Amino acid sequence: MKIAVLSGKGGTGKTFVSTNLALAAGKAAYVDCDVEEPNGRLFLKPENIESTSVKVNTPLVNPMKCSGCRKCVDFCKFHAMAFVRNHPIIFPAICHSCGGCALLCPENAIKETEREIGVVEKGTHGDTCVITGVMNPGEESGVPIIKEALREGIAAEENVIIDCPPGSACAVMESVTLSDYCVIIAEPTAFGLHNFRMVYELSQLMGKPCCVVINKESEPYAPLEDFCKEHNIPIALRIPYSDELASIGAKADVASEAKEEYREMFKSLLDYISREAAK
Amino acid sequence: MIVALPMDEDRKNICVSFGRAPFFLFKNTETGAEEFVVNPGAEASGGAGVKAAQAVVDGGSDALITVRCGENAAEVFKAADIKIYKAEGTDGAENLKALAEGKLSELTKFHAGYHGIA
Repeated sequence: MKIAVLSGKGGTGKTFVSTNLALAAGKAAYVDCDVEEPNGRLFLKPENIESTSVKVNTPLVNPMKCSGCRKCVDFCKFHAMAFVRNHPIIFPAICHSCGGCALLCPENAIKETEREIGVVEKGTHGDTCVITGVMNPGEESGVPIIKEALREGIAAEENVIIDCPPGSACAVMESVTLSDYCVIIAEPTAFGLHNFRMVYELSQLMGKPCCVVINKESEPYAPLEDFCKEHNIPIALRIPYSDELASIGAKADVASEAKEEYREMFKSLLDYISREAAK
Repeated sequence: MIVALPMDEDRKNICVSFGRAPFFLFKNTETGAEEFVVNPGAEASGGAGVKAAQAVVDGGSDALITVRCGENAAEVFKAADIKIYKAEGTDGAENLKALAEGKLSELTKFHAGYHGIA
């Protein structure tokens, strides 16, 4: 089973829930797809790390061969090329490596070269295989790194917990595509509800069954309760706002390893998800 | 000399965004001719700055007056030898006048992309 853990905003508790779910799952893979700032490794502290470089193709123009026909620039739908003084200029960070410009060039003046955009680290924490996608600073698209991280995670274990990036854009869609079930973390606030609705819409668009985990709840937030009732979204768990959990987090410890009570809490969440996903 | 300005919907004020401005005004300072062109970058899902900069280059511009400008667009202008001036206020006509009188300074700070979500 592959479970995607997501939320509309950062700091809601994706990493908190997904690291704990991964430990509750026993022999499983935890895949950190939040490649811009992968934090799961701070808590799981993986050992025996092996690193794989993630490369993408970037076009390179040979000015001696280029006739200045502009076909490549006009073709590029990502606007990764500009045409100035009869020559194409390439913006590698915007390029999506589709290879179209090189195929189209009538002079064969464009060849593709490999460029590293990040790495995927694979290590262990007890029975958990910890896989972390890490994007190099300055890069704009982490999608190829997410693909590689998921590929390694799925190859390593049958049960995979996917810690998604925040929001509802391309990187999140990529992280959710291969999942069987979505766990959406929400905060019981107006902002939390707004972001939750966006992610919920995405999960529905992608046809994924889902449940919500309300985190940092001091008291129920009526508009969130109403929204869940109205759309028949099961609230699988309510995690109270707690000094103890904050303090465990601040020490970079994992709650279910720090206290039996939390281990039980995430075990029952995982049991609930397994039952629901099997339906 | 042809001067380009990113313009708002009202076609009077300079748009605070370069890449996402709805229009570009091309002003020929010798003949006084003015032309408004729809910015093809405005609706781009990505690479708006480069697309918009391309339109400014293709318009034959020698200079650009803008509130701000991104790094990628600035790279295009540098290659095309187009001077970038910092707008004072947002009135298009006032800024063209100020440029003619040599009162505008060159823009030297360029921002990184605004797309946290690639």
